[in-house]
Amino acid sequence: MNPLAGTAADLVGLTILLPFLGFVANGVIAFVRPQEKRLVSIVGVGSVALAFAVGVAVFLAVLGARPEEPYVKALWTWMPVGDLRVAAALQVDQLSVVMLLVVTGVGSLIHLFSVGYMGEDPGYARYFAYLNLFIAFMLVLVLAASFPVMFIGWEGVGLCSYLLIGFWYTDKAKAEAGLKAFLVNRIGDTGFMIAMFLIFATLGTLDFVGAAAAAPARLAPGGAAVTAIALLLFLGCVGKSAQIPLYVWLPDAMAGPTPVSALIHAATMVTAGVFLVARANVFFAMAPVAAAVVAGVGALTALFAATIGLKQWDIKKVLAYSTVSQLGYMFIGVGVGAYAAGMFHLVTHAFFKALLFLGSGSVIHAMHAAYHHTHGHADAQDMRNMGGLAASMPVTARVMWVATLAIAGIPPLAGFFSKDEILLSAFTRGGENPFYYAVWALGVAGALLTAFYMTRLMIYTFHGPSRTGDLERPHLHESPAVMTAPLVALAVLTVLGGVINLPHVATLHRWLEPVTRRAVDFAGAPEASAGLEYGLMGLAVVIAALGIGLAARLLRPADLKPADQAPAEAGFAKLLLEKYRVDELYDAAIVRPLVWLSRVVLWKGVDAGFIDTAGVNGSAALARGLGWLGSHLQTGQVGTYVVVFVLGVLAVLGTLLGRM
Amino acid sequence: MLLGPALAVSAILFSLGVVGVLLRRNAIVIFMCIELMLNAVNLAFVALSQQLGMDGQVFVFFVMTVAAAEAAVGLAIVIAVYRHRETLDLVNINLLRG
Repeated sequence: MNPLAGTAADLVGLTILLPFLGFVANGVIAFVRPQEKRLVSIVGVGSVALAFAVGVAVFLAVLGARPEEPYVKALWTWMPVGDLRVAAALQVDQLSVVMLLVVTGVGSLIHLFSVGYMGEDPGYARYFAYLNLFIAFMLVLVLAASFPVMFIGWEGVGLCSYLLIGFWYTDKAKAEAGLKAFLVNRIGDTGFMIAMFLIFATLGTLDFVGAAAAAPARLAPGGAAVTAIALLLFLGCVGKSAQIPLYVWLPDAMAGPTPVSALIHAATMVTAGVFLVARANVFFAMAPVAAAVVAGVGALTALFAATIGLKQWDIKKVLAYSTVSQLGYMFIGVGVGAYAAGMFHLVTHAFFKALLFLGSGSVIHAMHAAYHHTHGHADAQDMRNMGGLAASMPVTARVMWVATLAIAGIPPLAGFFSKDEILLSAFTRGGENPFYYAVWALGVAGALLTAFYMTRLMIYTFHGPSRTGDLERPHLHESPAVMTAPLVALAVLTVLGGVINLPHVATLHRWLEPVTRRAVDFAGAPEASAGLEYGLMGLAVVIAALGIGLAARLLRPADLKPADQAPAEAGFAKLLLEKYRVDELYDAAIVRPLVWLSRVVLWKGVDAGFIDTAGVNGSAALARGLGWLGSHLQTGQVGTYVVVFVLGVLAVLGTLLGRM
Repeated sequence: MLLGPALAVSAILFSLGVVGVLLRRNAIVIFMCIELMLNAVNLAFVALSQQLGMDGQVFVFFVMTVAAAEAAVGLAIVIAVYRHRETLDLVNINLLRG
């Protein structure tokens, strides 16, 4: 009997039900009374805040019971098919509770921020309906007790992501960005599904508990089967968590409203891949090759995306590439077997990146309002049109500096501890396999660039001379309290978030031990000596300070021109601004050949050439020919009928006589 | 007792009827040819009933009854067609042509 039975953990289903009811209510309001914004706000924010309260109760229950085994609460039987029995079941354990708190907690703050940010939008009710639905699906994803149930959440958040990226669907570019996100994710989802088939074929179960128990007994460690499962699962993560080569959708996803970018494309949904690796840790621990691929892809992405972030002008694009890069760090963490470190960075990243996105939202809101006031048409998201905003937006500027220092890795902010622990784990693994030294080196280089591009963002946005037009400048104001309050709350979390897993105290690490125990049995956990740990910590601080210092010295905000007067970039800077032209490469290498194949071969060749002529028109011609023959047999002449009739009788008689 | 000749006559009558139906074009003549075939069959029934029991003779009565009914209906149709088309040449009566 699990110690959680009969406690508040039984209420876990409510956390999904509440936002879902919020979705239904807001959906109805969106159709019936779209102007009732007050009601929408109460339902939208209230349902998620209530879910957070239930989440805290569940967390306290887990804290009190300290279960060694996950508590699975089966709601009903969903798919009884032959040997496959999938229950609609929710799993409460240390891992899912962490995600539950992050999703509902950060989600509540972002919902609150949205009240201010989206207040003027005519689609207010529809926006909150989608946002509530997203929270519900995200909770299905993190609370699922089996791969298929998780897949429901996985696809559901993808749907909400699509709906919210294309929220302003009358803008063709934004609608296409939503479509791109959806299509790129299909590639990853295929991997996830094939991995599920393989797990069922080899283990006969799809429950997390059952699969984790059966895998060590029934799969050969390092064998082809477990490596294939782990790699295919990781393909799903690559799509959802925007890693090389499928990261291209995430920067475009910034077309959605900024709170959506904060909630879905920074704090929660995109971290689902990291969560999946942590959830399926046994498979990755049993397949060292797959784990190395995870860490390697993460390290490459961490550096690659950081370099693109160096040269972007759109404030949200910088943050988007920063998110891709930070997700790379999380994958380094879970790839080297430091699941607690990966999850730690996931949590702290949720705090400071949500803060950065909401802060940028506050800036964009102010810029947009100023341009709206003067009927200006300049780009409200281009940093070349900003500068000196710290004077008019002091709160936003301060909290964003907190987040910048956190992501750059300045102690004692949350980001320092989590990123440092990941790099330390990678370095320690280097002792077993030198490949991980390369992973560590890429991570350190990425950290330097992270400090640089974030400082660049802050300097260009908040400091130096104002490049906003003279007409607009007096209209720049700090955002209302409903927007700055969540910012301050997130800033507090960013400052204090590190305490959940301080070095040597390792609260989160111990907390997650029941979940990662089996994986540690297989692959061991990276252990570092204290000297090495403090040495690397010192190096991390030096790197972060170096990045910030370099940015402060090299950048000249005074020389920057507003976007419409800016000279064209050249050389490597141009290549970075154009994001290495990866989109163009994919377009030429994949999209165009696919369109050609579809148009020339499949449409003109197979469909029009074969199916239409032979299949559709062919069967019609055959029917018509038979009809022609049949109708011409009917001459209307009695004589003909009689001749045929007599011949028939003679044939029958002849046959009968022949038999005798 | 005379079975062979009786069946031979029956066969000849039947064949005459078939040839008549095949070759003639007038509806009434064809109609009479059909009656000829029916009677040929009746003759065969009667001839064979000597050896095979009375069933054949009973059946002849049925055939005659049906033939009488058929004659009534058939001639009525012929009259109706003639009123309509003023001809009984079946070559011209081909409404069912496809």
